[in-house]
Amino acid sequence: MRGFIYTLSTVIVVLLGVWAYHEGYETRATEKAVARLESQIGQRHQELSMLRAEWAYLNRPDRLAALVEMNFERLGLVPLASDHFAMTDQVGFPLPVVVVEVADHVFEEEDFSDVIIMNHRYGATTPPRVIAPPTLADDGEQLP
Amino acid sequence: MMSLFRRRPRPEPTDPFRPVTPRIPRAPLPAAPTTPRENPEKARLRAERRLKFTAACFVLGFATVAIKMGAIAASEAREPATGSLIGAGIVNARADITDREGRVLATNVTATALYAQPHKMLDPAAAAEGLSRIFPDMDAQVWERRFNSGSKFFWLKGNISPEQQQAVHDLGEPGLLFGSREMRLYPNGPLAAHVLGGARYGEQDVRAAEIVGVAGVEKTFDDYLSDPVQEGAPLRLSIDLSVQAATERVLEGGMKLMGAKGAAAILMDARTGEVVALASLPDFDPNSRPRPATEGDPGDSPLFNRAVQGVYELGSTFKIFTAAQSLELGLTNSGTLIDTRGPLRQGRFTIRDFHNYGPQMTVTDVIRQSSNIGTARMALDIGGKRQKAFLESMGFFEPTPLEMVEAGSVRPIVPTRWPDITTMTVSYGHGLSASPMHLAVGYASLLNGGTRVTPTLVAQTQPPAPGARIVSPRVSAEARHMLRRVVTDGTASMGEVPGYQVGGKTGTADKPKYTGGYWDDKVIATFAAVFPAQDPKYVLVVSLDEPEIRAAGEDRRTAGWTAVPVASEIVRRVAPLMGLRPDFDPGRDEFGAYLTQTAQR
Repeated sequence: MRGFIYTLSTVIVVLLGVWAYHEGYETRATEKAVARLESQIGQRHQELSMLRAEWAYLNRPDRLAALVEMNFERLGLVPLASDHFAMTDQVGFPLPVVVVEVADHVFEEEDFSDVIIMNHRYGATTPPRVIAPPTLADDGEQLP
Repeated sequence: MMSLFRRRPRPEPTDPFRPVTPRIPRAPLPAAPTTPRENPEKARLRAERRLKFTAACFVLGFATVAIKMGAIAASEAREPATGSLIGAGIVNARADITDREGRVLATNVTATALYAQPHKMLDPAAAAEGLSRIFPDMDAQVWERRFNSGSKFFWLKGNISPEQQQAVHDLGEPGLLFGSREMRLYPNGPLAAHVLGGARYGEQDVRAAEIVGVAGVEKTFDDYLSDPVQEGAPLRLSIDLSVQAATERVLEGGMKLMGAKGAAAILMDARTGEVVALASLPDFDPNSRPRPATEGDPGDSPLFNRAVQGVYELGSTFKIFTAAQSLELGLTNSGTLIDTRGPLRQGRFTIRDFHNYGPQMTVTDVIRQSSNIGTARMALDIGGKRQKAFLESMGFFEPTPLEMVEAGSVRPIVPTRWPDITTMTVSYGHGLSASPMHLAVGYASLLNGGTRVTPTLVAQTQPPAPGARIVSPRVSAEARHMLRRVVTDGTASMGEVPGYQVGGKTGTADKPKYTGGYWDDKVIATFAAVFPAQDPKYVLVVSLDEPEIRAAGEDRRTAGWTAVPVASEIVRRVAPLMGLRPDFDPGRDEFGAYLTQTAQR
């Protein structure tokens, strides 16, 4: 009887040891993973704050004003003034969508706003569209 | 089954070297020393002591474990700190500053510092020579001498660009090392420079550096910004970036056009006291804050904030305070005729008007035409004591509570004695010097319906409770109507902005000389305005230092020709930006509209 108990407890001790060993290693692995994740989060935060700073820098009012002036021919942006306000009934809202019924098909007017219209589709007689190239810096960025 | 586990009898050892019984008898073994038998009572006590000691050890051990467990259970669960900059950088060391819409005004970016450990250097001379090639401001001889001086540590550069870092790296010198840190960045450059102030490095280490504010809100909110409890929540200012940009742009253009050497503008919410734009020119770039000037007039330094630190005699803009108090006390109403025959003599002083306005004028006309004599007579009726108390109630005797370190130290220059002549001069803004910020607070308090406002630079989440009452709502409406008349047909006729009923008062004050007396040809031109006049939303104060423009065949210095056009252009630009709907209804300027707007609140 005593031998049985000894053996049983030995086996239990061994099993517990194995379990504890596993747990220990798992804990250490988890700790490592947490540390890695933490440093990753920190890095992402730093990248994010850098991007935010860059965004704020690129959107600084001075630069936007200079860009508006440079691209005035294309965009025609002017400072907001009091005559830009209007009553709701003065706003030209888009007309309702035209639905054409042909036989058993119902065509809805398709949205072409994403499509770049190429001139050659309409024949050689069409006058080419003039796209003013923006002034570019040496590295391709539009300055300032 | 049990027989499996039964212990087997141990086999008899068969030793081939079993000793043989000796033939010669051995000498008897020496008798073992017998110890005297111990006292059993003593032995029992000793055993008891030992048992107690062992038990105490166990109790102590388990108690330690229990305390530790309790501590773990009671403490808050926290991630183990990694200790590196990147791990700790989850929350920025110093919080961002944003404008009221959340656009970034100040933030942090990582930067690299360069330091040297000369004892690790292979060739100090080559290192110094290489550094002087990369950084032209470093002298090779000086640094070679320093590297050989026996010191073990030198800071070389606070923050360097990635290109410079690569160049230093390419030197291949093991004694030149890089430290990482955060750097304060103001992405908008000189925009709102005086509000933000600037920052510098405090305590620095090779792994990190502390950033401390040196001026402006950076210094006022130093503790808040560097407090980890905020978890990086940004400080939201009441400044609006686009409004600030438009204000500074217009003000700079106006300053150049008018040939002024400095300018200041304050745009304040008339109800809440939130400062939406605060500009002072000339300004500076807080990213590389210049050193304070050691020579010349500190008032001309770009660091000097004219809007908050500059204390000037603000001239005729004070007249509306006198008129409003006279109305409030019931001494006059807006139609009462005031004697304006001049010159008015008081002791050895003489008070004159810009023109002769005839023998008598109504109170409205005194304000509209800006008559010194009329205002002085009204002030004499009020009396010095009451006048002083009225100005005190609007905060003209103490620094403004604006959240800038500079504001706290600016005390208006007020007369120590208050004889009749002081009453008369103060009534039209001479003899009492205050900052444009004081004037903005006074105008906002008087014109918003008559309750005192507290200026603030922090965006308010909810409207603050109305302050102490200065004048009745009716007097406030009448004062606004008078100011409106100044713009429609008075000294500020260039201030009209279609759609936004601007009301305001001009003020032109001669600049005092350092040696005493006043300059003849140097003035401070101020225009303090409220818009829309019948429903006051914003107060604008524009001040130009030494403006002069040649217009209509004359050199003009008065505010009506200098500060007013600049202010009206500012209103034209910023009012739509702040979402103010223009109102072209001419009925707005009926006096009834002023009273009903006041009653609505």
